[in-house]
Amino acid sequence: MTLKRKGSTLLYYAVAIAVAIVALVPFVWMVSTSLKSRGALMSIPIEWIPEEPTLDAYRTVFERFPFLRTVGNSLFISVTYTLITLLSASMAAFAFAKIRFRGSGVLLGLYLATMMIPTQVTMIPLFVVMNQIGLINHYSSVILPSIFRPFAVFMLVQQMRTIPGDYLDAARVDGASTFRIYRQVMLPLCAPTLATLAVTTFMESWNDYLWPLLMLTDRTKMTLPIALSTLNGQYNTEYNVLMAGSLISMIPIVLIYVFAQKYFQNGIIAGGIKG
Amino acid sequence: MVPKTKRVKHRRSQEGLLHAFPFLLPSLLGLLVFSALPLVISAFISLTDWNGLDELLAPGMFQEHFVGLDNYKNIFASKEFWQVLRNTCYYIVLYIPLMLITSLAVAQLLAKKRRGVTVFRVIYYIPVLTSWVAASLIWKSVLSPQYGALNNLLALVGIEGPGWLLDETWAMPAIVLVSVWKDMGFFGLILLSGMVSINPSYYEAASLDGAGAWSKFFRITLPLMSPVIFYVLIVSLINAFQLFPQIMIMTDGGPNGATQVMVERIYKYGFRYYRMGYASAFSWILFVIIMICTFIQMKCQKRWVNYDT
Repeated sequence: MTLKRKGSTLLYYAVAIAVAIVALVPFVWMVSTSLKSRGALMSIPIEWIPEEPTLDAYRTVFERFPFLRTVGNSLFISVTYTLITLLSASMAAFAFAKIRFRGSGVLLGLYLATMMIPTQVTMIPLFVVMNQIGLINHYSSVILPSIFRPFAVFMLVQQMRTIPGDYLDAARVDGASTFRIYRQVMLPLCAPTLATLAVTTFMESWNDYLWPLLMLTDRTKMTLPIALSTLNGQYNTEYNVLMAGSLISMIPIVLIYVFAQKYFQNGIIAGGIKG
Repeated sequence: MVPKTKRVKHRRSQEGLLHAFPFLLPSLLGLLVFSALPLVISAFISLTDWNGLDELLAPGMFQEHFVGLDNYKNIFASKEFWQVLRNTCYYIVLYIPLMLITSLAVAQLLAKKRRGVTVFRVIYYIPVLTSWVAASLIWKSVLSPQYGALNNLLALVGIEGPGWLLDETWAMPAIVLVSVWKDMGFFGLILLSGMVSINPSYYEAASLDGAGAWSKFFRITLPLMSPVIFYVLIVSLINAFQLFPQIMIMTDGGPNGATQVMVERIYKYGFRYYRMGYASAFSWILFVIIMICTFIQMKCQKRWVNYDT
């Protein structure tokens, strides 16, 4: 190895590790803070590693807040949200990609155009409607919008268009109905895209803030981000409690990421996740 | 012959629509209920002084509360609006270049076939996975002036850090730093997808001509990935205008209004002060600003985006 190449290797790892440290240090701080007692939060000089680590903060989170319930709410909402998105979007995409009908192009254009509308414009009327039909503090108020996810439709249309029509014709010859073609030919062929969408949709729903903030005000109905922001209001400077809550909220999504890394990757490349 | 006639039949549009309709039904309902109708209602609400509490569909409600374009006039006449717009633009001007440089660096690091590159990819992506609420809480603690990690780290090298989120001058730059930290992995991976699709023969040819690493980066990598950069700029600008959770958790618009931004105002007018009409008008102004910016970007792309690879 020449000196120059050695130098470039060294430089590469120096920069890569520096960026990694920047990315990780806040999380290390989160763990360390969550293990501190209330008194240790304000010791000077600060304790980088808590001298007497304690799980008090975690106990506080679970005792003073229905946090286990919150985790359950988040799981339930995100899973159903994802399933409905996949079902509704794949059905629409099938119609757009594989059934010829008049106005198909215009309608798809309309679907895509709605992506331009910021949620802030529609949220006030939707809040009003949800309020008047009494859906506030119902999970369904947060889950139902999953029925129309134009980006998911777009991604699946792109995927389905690449599937040769021969597959469908073969099924049709065998007398399969349109629904059976969708269910038994199309969906299996789109499995990788569906998996990618599932992972990215789950993450979006899991981390969503603005809409659930408006809809779920009852402590027993809240999702994790909303519960965390409520904790923020209550324990404004008790960072051990806030960090314990944050850490718990991260566990499921990090676990999913570790097991489904490949699909996250595809999702980002398709531009599927909002930051 | 059966399949052939069937296919021909399918081409007849009416029957096609009949087949397509059941598949479109759920998303069409969604389009109507969650997008089209609210859009229309929102436009109407923005012309009223409705407080969000009175029955919306009560008879005479619209006539009683109708104020014409007053909300829009009042917003443009208020000092606050221009301050909020300035704050938002300040955020954008700092955030976009910083985000682009760091994401390009992340992409460049991950594009190399070195040992350990997958580990780096996982690490750089962890901030992206974290919800904005959790990330904001973590950073609020890190940025705490006396007991936070950052100022104590700076103290180790003899720098006295500012009050960050509590300091009018430093609050917005701090929000920018946190946003760059959170987004660099996300946009980095998008840029990476553009970077790895560049044909390696360009680099080989450049090497033969004796080009160095920097000139390869500026002469080959950047121009050839301009479509991806364009996409990143469009998405990040739209996101930047909708900046919200980090503000709510970290500063709540403070100190002294230094981090008040558009969505934060819309939220507060609508759901804290119950001025739904005013908030709706505000949201339409945001919508139009986003559309104008996206349109300008689309127009300008011809000048610098290179689509022939």
